[in-house]
Amino acid sequence: MAKLDSNIPKGPVADKWTNHKGKINLVSPANKRLIDVIVVGTGLAGASASATLAELGYNVKTFCFQDSPRRAHSIAAQGGINAAKNYQGDGDSTYRLFYDTIKGGDYRSREANVHRLAEVSTNIIDQCVAQGVPFARDYGGLLDNRSFGGVLVSRTFYAKGQTGQQLLLGAYSAMNRQIGRGKIKMYNRHEMMDIVLVDGKARGIITRNLVDGKIERHGAHAVVIASGGYGNVFFLSTNAMGSNVSASWKIHKKGAYFANPCFTQIHPTCIPVSGEHQSKLTLMSESLRNDGRIWVPKKLEDAKAIREGKLKPTALAEEDRDYYLERRYPAFGNLVPRDVASRAAKERCDAGFGVNKTGEAVYLDFASSITRYGKEQAHVKGLDENNAALVKKLGQDVVRSKYGNLFQMYEKIVDQNPYEMPMMIYPAVHYTMGGVWVDYNLMTTIPGCYAIGEANFSDHGANRLGASALMQGLADGYFVLPYTIGDYLADDIRTGSIDTQLPEFEKAEAAVKAQIEGFLSNKGKNSVDYYHRKLGKIMWDKCGMSRNEKDLKEAIKEIQELREDFYKNVNVPGKADEFNEQLAKAGRVADFLELGELFAKDALERTESCGGHFREESQTPEGEALRDDENFTFVSAWEYKGAPAKAKLHKEELNYQEIEVKTRSYK
Amino acid sequence: MTLTASSIGRKVAMALSGIFLVLFLTQHFSINMLSVFSESMFNQVSHFMGNNPIVQFVLQPILIFGVLFHFIMGIVLELKNSKSRTVKYANYKGNANASWMSRNMIYSGIVILSFLVLHFYDFWVPEMNYKYVEVLPLNPDRYFEELVHKFENPVRVGIYALSFVFLCLHLLHGFASSFQSVGINNKYSKVIKSFTTAFAVVVPLGFVFIALFHHLTAF
Amino acid sequence: MNLTLKVWRQANPQAKGKMETYNIKEVSPDMSFLEMMDVLNEQLMAQEIDPIAFDHDCREGICGMCSMFINGEAHGPDRLVTTCQLHMRKFKDGDTITIEPFRAKAFPVIKDLTVDRSSFDRVQQAGGFVSVNTSGNTQDANAIPIDKHDADKAFDAATCIGCGACVATCKNASAMLFVSAKVSQYALLPQGKVEATDRVLNMVKQMDEEGFGNCTNTGACEVECPKGISLENIARMNREYLSASLKG
Repeated sequence: MAKLDSNIPKGPVADKWTNHKGKINLVSPANKRLIDVIVVGTGLAGASASATLAELGYNVKTFCFQDSPRRAHSIAAQGGINAAKNYQGDGDSTYRLFYDTIKGGDYRSREANVHRLAEVSTNIIDQCVAQGVPFARDYGGLLDNRSFGGVLVSRTFYAKGQTGQQLLLGAYSAMNRQIGRGKIKMYNRHEMMDIVLVDGKARGIITRNLVDGKIERHGAHAVVIASGGYGNVFFLSTNAMGSNVSASWKIHKKGAYFANPCFTQIHPTCIPVSGEHQSKLTLMSESLRNDGRIWVPKKLEDAKAIREGKLKPTALAEEDRDYYLERRYPAFGNLVPRDVASRAAKERCDAGFGVNKTGEAVYLDFASSITRYGKEQAHVKGLDENNAALVKKLGQDVVRSKYGNLFQMYEKIVDQNPYEMPMMIYPAVHYTMGGVWVDYNLMTTIPGCYAIGEANFSDHGANRLGASALMQGLADGYFVLPYTIGDYLADDIRTGSIDTQLPEFEKAEAAVKAQIEGFLSNKGKNSVDYYHRKLGKIMWDKCGMSRNEKDLKEAIKEIQELREDFYKNVNVPGKADEFNEQLAKAGRVADFLELGELFAKDALERTESCGGHFREESQTPEGEALRDDENFTFVSAWEYKGAPAKAKLHKEELNYQEIEVKTRSYK
Repeated sequence: MTLTASSIGRKVAMALSGIFLVLFLTQHFSINMLSVFSESMFNQVSHFMGNNPIVQFVLQPILIFGVLFHFIMGIVLELKNSKSRTVKYANYKGNANASWMSRNMIYSGIVILSFLVLHFYDFWVPEMNYKYVEVLPLNPDRYFEELVHKFENPVRVGIYALSFVFLCLHLLHGFASSFQSVGINNKYSKVIKSFTTAFAVVVPLGFVFIALFHHLTAF
Repeated sequence: MNLTLKVWRQANPQAKGKMETYNIKEVSPDMSFLEMMDVLNEQLMAQEIDPIAFDHDCREGICGMCSMFINGEAHGPDRLVTTCQLHMRKFKDGDTITIEPFRAKAFPVIKDLTVDRSSFDRVQQAGGFVSVNTSGNTQDANAIPIDKHDADKAFDAATCIGCGACVATCKNASAMLFVSAKVSQYALLPQGKVEATDRVLNMVKQMDEEGFGNCTNTGACEVECPKGISLENIARMNREYLSASLKG
């Protein structure tokens, strides 16, 4: 039985990474050529890890289910990437980034990992610039920064609202270089179906070629899971349609512990749901909160009139608006962390102040920024600052240059001009802080199996700060995993290539084929999406922004019933040996149906409120989240025991050497 | 660089030969325009062009090569391009995103090519015959009459006019496009666009005017 | 809204496909085009007809995976959007909509509306990168100031999502806009200039080998590009290619 050892190096937090790098085992360049590494997923973490491992000399096989590695959902990250460069000279430092991330994570992340993340953050920016990533620059030609929620400095580097795209294309280009050199063998449109363990070690994976349905065996000396988060368990989320938990879940079922599954980030600024047909939700970058002010009407009758279309928000006087974030959290105002902003929006909407047809939306208003910027521009250009029309135009131009693509996206979806009318937004599932448990080396509880990026759990605690996901993905892939993996692989230099004819491969392949056969011969009456939507609804209603014991218990029961019904009545059309989207989806939803239950179980177990996890039973009289440090300063790592209900809880105690654990306040 | 080896090379070759033909067209147009103003000047210049050894034995072959190259390359490219999409669209709305001219260069080109055949038959073949086959005596004053004579026939004038409409269409896209092909797309592009558009309209119209002028004044 | 859809159906790469007609009722104008397709697929499955295969992933216009040729245009009649961002409010009750895959010899059909665009990946692998190791041991990010205008232009070129609308829409199925966007991004940045010569030669060579057509400057690609990538990039690539050819 694997034991829960986080392998955190000894010594002061600030020196751990340096010392560790100096001491771990290395593989010589000549021996790296003899070692194969599999990487599953090509987002920021997977692409950067593949590129770096290949550069170091390993033979890399990389897999993605999309038609090209460039499509991975990291591409959709908008706002930016944090790094403690302190280019703005506003008092930023590695320590401050470290501190902000721990605090933002509500003291539920692993200190040593977070410090390492803050340390390597600056390298990421250097690396990306060298790769030709076109970050935003000022007129002096130097890099520009902006501010994100939960921090008091400007440390976020960005490329308009497409930072994730630019960073991913940078990593993709680094990968392309290695693919061209033959050091990475890329498998597009391949889905990982299972991991293969030989003598308890990760030795390969079984994949399905999504084009022709062929089941393939791939052997390697180590397997890296970089398949992202599991937000799609909610059906409606800002994740891509194909984002799934399957790779993580398969390794969980083979022995990798799953940590803090209930830690989910609900992003405050998304476009509200418009109807039953909705297939996904669209995020509006958090960067908008730099300039947008969030409000709802002060009076219930105004909110009602707005919902009925009788009143325009622009007609509402200043004094009739409730800028509730500025009211409740004067120090951080509209830039409070995501969990806080989301709950505040829900609180207002639940109280009846919602502003769209469904009553589940609040305003994000740029009018005052447009005026402020417009006046500034008029002043700079020596024009009339009191000419309202001119000021508005100039201000709109500034806003357009900063957020143009986001505004355009909003207008396309909602069919309303956000330059004239305040945007309507509502929280939506966005990111999962929980994930596969890993030690300091990013290795899971399966020897030789690693998890990086959003797929692991380690850096963001109970709540991730904006612009930190990109940082973590690239840190893991470029600068952490490629070195720590050597510590394990150093023992494998004499192993030779992995034989995929071993009985372990045979057995795993047979199980995969049996599952596929099961789906196709089921001939039930409901489509896969029918179940996915139902699961999503249970999750959102009972494990969403606020949770309580009764709901969670119900959720567990309902998910179990739904899962049973799924296997009885799901209809998967088509054949196994063809391009079959429904079949691929069925496998993913089957895993979500198990994960969902573990999620609820974890949420039930953690009776405190912390970060994105809000238990109604644990709140202050003002309705703020109330942590229980005495009983819950630990990571919940779940061991699979045949069914989610039987999962066994292991606790990794969190020790804070450097940081004093305090109540998080943004007031 | 072998001009025909890569797609961009071929594109540049098309552009350069096109620009060369535009230069020739300008020269041809200027000389023809003289015929409207002064019979003697037209005869003089035509005689020079027809008998100067550099024009005849250096520039003329280059011109012929340029014409042939532009046409052959155009047809080769068209064939290659048609192979790059083996299954055609059932519904293709070309006019939604590109001008008729840009999409039909091959057709306007073929009309111009047919016109050139007629044109050669009308002027160039008799000219070659006069000078090099029958070797008739030099006559510096014959050119204007020959020109006017050709435009007596209204059908021919009609064909000429129609051909020049196609030349106009061809130039409307081709002239400006050749700048893009050789890599010029900058703040001057608007000026280039206006100039090439004006050229594409004025020059073919001018040729039509010359034909009509002689047709109408011949009686 | 009630609509008539004419959709390209093709079981596999070898099969001979054809257009099939389906009717769909009660389409909400707030649906995205792909949500309408989801509804259609649910309907088809209920009738025991094989659902229509189409590529899609992020559904917010950035991954570049969705790729439908709708009513004769790549990504449909709206401008600066991908298929997933096209909303049904752009159509009228009773409309007939034709839906075809992106067609090019270099984009062979896999099934129905799904095509294989790995030719784009291979063009990128031929040179769409800066040859710098990911060791992190590079110079400081601010060591080389970059003219803001150049940086902005590089960014505009880099916003290409690799969807292939330019190829699909071009009457010659040319990939010049896609390739030039990448060439331009690097040509505009000091980090990319170092290997600019080899890059443009190699990428254009690969582009030609993949069987894309020749550019005839119709400008259709720029109009249909969901990210509004400018034709200036093609001119820049032509320049880069010419000077690289003269050098090399």
